[in-house]
Amino acid sequence: MPLPASAMHLILGVVLLWLALGLAGVLFPHNLNLVSRLLFPAGAIGALVLAAAALDALSGEAQSLVLPLGLPGLPFHLRLDALSAFFLLLLGAVTAGISLFAAGYFRRGEGTPPGLQCLYYHVFIASMTLVLLADDAYAFMVFWETMALSSYFLVTSDHTKAEIRRAGFLYLLIAHVGAISILLCFGLLHGTGDYTFENMREVQLAPFWATIAFAMALFGFGAKAGMLPLHVWLPEAHPAAPSPVSALMSAVMLKTAIYGLLRVLFDLLHIQVWWWGVVILVLGLATALYGVVFSAVQSDMKRLLAYSSIENIGFILVGVGLTVIFQSYGMRSLAALALTATLYHCINHAYFKSLLFLATGSVLHATHERALGKLGGLIHRMPWVAWLALVGTLAIAGLPPLNGFVSEWLLLQAFLFTPNLPHPYLNMLIPVAAAAVALAAALAGYVMVKFYGVVFLGQPREERLAEAHDAGLRERAGLIWLAAGCVALGVAPVAVIGVIDNVTGALLGKTLGASATGWMFLTPISPARASYAPLLFLLVILAVWLATWLAVRSFYHGRVRRAPPWDCGFPAQNARMQDSAEGFGQPIRQVFEPFFRMQRELPTPFDATPRYRVTVEDHLWYWLYLPLAKVTEAVTRVVTLLQRGRISVYLMYSFVTLLILLLFVR
Amino acid sequence: MHLSFASQIINLLAAILLLLSFAMLTQRRILSLINLFALQGFTLTLSTLVVAWSTGQHHLYYSAALTFALKVLVLPWVLHRLIRKLNVKWDVETLINIPTTMLVGIVLVILAFNVALPISQLAGTITKSTLGIALACVLLAFLTMITRSKAVPQVIGFLAMENGLFFAATSATYGMPMVVEFGIALDVMVGMVILGVFFFQIRERFDSLDIRHLEKLKEE
Repeated sequence: MPLPASAMHLILGVVLLWLALGLAGVLFPHNLNLVSRLLFPAGAIGALVLAAAALDALSGEAQSLVLPLGLPGLPFHLRLDALSAFFLLLLGAVTAGISLFAAGYFRRGEGTPPGLQCLYYHVFIASMTLVLLADDAYAFMVFWETMALSSYFLVTSDHTKAEIRRAGFLYLLIAHVGAISILLCFGLLHGTGDYTFENMREVQLAPFWATIAFAMALFGFGAKAGMLPLHVWLPEAHPAAPSPVSALMSAVMLKTAIYGLLRVLFDLLHIQVWWWGVVILVLGLATALYGVVFSAVQSDMKRLLAYSSIENIGFILVGVGLTVIFQSYGMRSLAALALTATLYHCINHAYFKSLLFLATGSVLHATHERALGKLGGLIHRMPWVAWLALVGTLAIAGLPPLNGFVSEWLLLQAFLFTPNLPHPYLNMLIPVAAAAVALAAALAGYVMVKFYGVVFLGQPREERLAEAHDAGLRERAGLIWLAAGCVALGVAPVAVIGVIDNVTGALLGKTLGASATGWMFLTPISPARASYAPLLFLLVILAVWLATWLAVRSFYHGRVRRAPPWDCGFPAQNARMQDSAEGFGQPIRQVFEPFFRMQRELPTPFDATPRYRVTVEDHLWYWLYLPLAKVTEAVTRVVTLLQRGRISVYLMYSFVTLLILLLFVR
Repeated sequence: MHLSFASQIINLLAAILLLLSFAMLTQRRILSLINLFALQGFTLTLSTLVVAWSTGQHHLYYSAALTFALKVLVLPWVLHRLIRKLNVKWDVETLINIPTTMLVGIVLVILAFNVALPISQLAGTITKSTLGIALACVLLAFLTMITRSKAVPQVIGFLAMENGLFFAATSATYGMPMVVEFGIALDVMVGMVILGVFFFQIRERFDSLDIRHLEKLKEE
C-alpha cells in the first residue's frame, strides 16, 4: 500500500516547485509571456496546494522531518505543528491571490527583467515557507536571511532610482540588526544543548536570562514586523517595491515576524512573566497609534498603506501582549480569546492589506501616479479595481460584516475582561488601553475614507486620468480571490475560529470553543456578555438596502433624474476644488501635532506663483536614527585611521600582531 | 660523536642562514638580494640534507630536492628575468635607514631566541637548538618586507620568510608532511606568478614599481 503523502511532503514539494519556477524564470529572463502566462499562475496553484496541505495539517499531529541539507553534522530540522500550519495556511491562501495578480502585473522594461523578478519572488515565498517550518535555530536563521535578501532584491527591482536604492539599504540594515538580535536570542535559549527547537523547549532558563531572551526576540522580530521605533524601513521599502511585492511583504513577511515572536514566547520559552505582556502591549499601542496618525497625513497612496500596516502590526502586538498577561496569570480561556483575536487579525490583515496594495498597483499601472493629489475619480475608469478595493477598504476600516470587524471586536472583547486581572494597577490601567485601541481603529476608518475617497471618488484631478484602463484579467482574478477571502472571513468567523482553536489549543492548552452556541453566533465567552452574528448582520444590511431601493423606486416611479450638483452658487467648479489628500489629513495634523516634525511654507498674498508646501517627518529620525548614524560615523572615522594605504604599514600591523602573539604564547 | 658532528654542522648552517638574513635585511641592490636569496635556499638545502642523512628521515631528501629546484634554480631565475624585463636593477632605498634596521633586527633575534626557548626544550630533535634561528629568520624576513618600498624586494622578503618557515619546520619536527610541503611549494610558485603579473600591472599604471603609489588608492 503506498503511503499517503503527508502534508509536510506536499509543502516541500510546493517549495521545490517554486524554486523550479524561479529557475525557469532565470533561464528565460526576458520572456514575459512565459513568466506571466505559465510561471506565476503555476506558482499560484502551488500556493493553493500549500494552503490545503496546511489546513489538513492544522488539526493533525505535529510532523517532523530532518532534511539532509545544511552543514555536515548539522542538518535542517523541520517541523509542522499547528502554529506553523496556521501561518502556512495564511501564506498559501494569500500568496495564491498575489501570484495570480503578479502574473498580470510585471511588465517589460520596468527595472529588473521579469524572469529575475520571478526568481526573487519565488525564492522569497519559498524561504518564508521554510522559515515557518524550521525547527532548529540554524535552519531558521538561514531561511530568515534568505527571506531578507530575496525581498531586498525585490524592493530594489527598480534600482536605477537613488531613493529606491536608499530604501532598500535601510531595509537591509534594519533587517540585519534584527537578525543579529534573533541570533543572540537563540544563543540564549539553547542553554548548553544543541540548536534544535526540541532542545530549546527543554531548557529551563533562569527568569533573568529568560527576560533577556524575550527582549532580544522582541527587538529582532519587532524590527521585521515594523514595531516602534524600528518601523522606519517600512514606509520607505513598501512604496519602493513593486505592488505584488509590497503586498507580499506586508501581508506575509510581517506575519513571519509575528510567528517568530509567538514561537519564542509560547513555545520555546517555558515561562511568561506578566510585565513582558505589558511591554508588548504598550509598544503595540504606541505602534498602532503612531501608524494610524502618520498614515492619515500621507499623500502617497503606498506610503499611506505602509503606515497602515504599521498600525495593524500594532493591533496584533497588542493582542500578543494581552495573551501574555492573561497566560501569566493562568487565565487560560481569556488568553485563548486574546490569541484568537491576534491570529484572526493576522490573517485578516494579510487579506485586506494585500488586496489594497494590489489595487494601488493596478492604479499605478493605469495612471503612473502614486501621489494622491494627482488621482481621483477612478471608479468610472477602473470599476473592477474600485469595487474590489472598496471591499478591502471597508474590511480594513473594521466595518461589519467584513473580516476586519471580527478581529477588532474580539480584541476589544478581550480588553473588556482585563478588570478581572489579579493585579491592582493592571486591572485599572489596561482598560484605558482599550480606549486607545478604539481610537486607533476609528482613525483607521478615517484613513481609509481618505484613501478610497481621494483615489476612486470625485473627479479626476489630472487630464490623463481619463485614459486610465481597468486591470487585466489575471490581475482581476487575484483581486477577486482576496476580496472573496475578506468577505468569507467576515461572514464565517465561527468556522475560522474552529481552525484557530487548533493553534490556541496547542500553544496555551485551552481553546476558545466559539462554536458552542452554534455556527450562527460568534460568542467569545458567554452569550450573556456579547455575541455577534455576521450573517444576520449581512442579511439585515441587505434587507435595509433592498427596502430602500424598492422604496426609492416606487416613490420616484423608477425615474432617474440627472441634475447638476449643488454648486454653492459658484458654477465654475473644477477638480481642483475637491478636498485633497492634504486637506483631508489636516485635522489630524492639527490634533496630533506633537507626533510630527512639520515644516510649512505658506505663500504670501503677493506671490505671483503661490506655493503651499508642507513636509511631515518622523521625530524618531531626528531623535534616534540620526544621532545613532552620527555616532557610527564617528566611530568609523576612528577606525579609518588604520587605513593608511601603505603596504608597509599594513605589513607592520601583521608584524606587530605576530610579535604580540608570540609574547603572549610564552 | 657522529650525531654531535652532524648537529654541529647544522648549527653552522643555521648560523649562516641567520647571517644571510641579516645580509638581506641590509642589502640595497636588488640583484644582490636575489643572489642572497638563492644562497639562502642553497644553505637550506644543505641543512635539510644533513638532517636527512643524520636522522635517516628519507622524505627529507625529497624536500631538499624540492627546495633546491625551487629556491635555488627556478625562483632566482624567474626573479632575474623579471628585473631584467622591468629594468629595475638599481638600488632600492629603504624606508628606515640601514643601521636602525640592523638594531631592530638584533632586538628581534633576541626576542625570537627567548620565545623559542621553551619550545625547543620540548622538541626532541637534534636540530632543536636551531629553532630560535629559524624564528629569527622569519622575523627578519618580515622586517625586510616592511622596510622596502619597492615591489620586488618585498616579494623576495616574502619568499625568504617562507625559507625561514621551512627551516623552522625541519628543526622542530623534521619537516612537515610531504603533502603540506608540496602545497606550500605550489603556493610559492602561484604567488610568484600572480605577483609577477602584478608587477607589470603596477608599472604600467604608475610607471614605477614604487609601492608608495598605491597610497593613492586609499579612499578619502
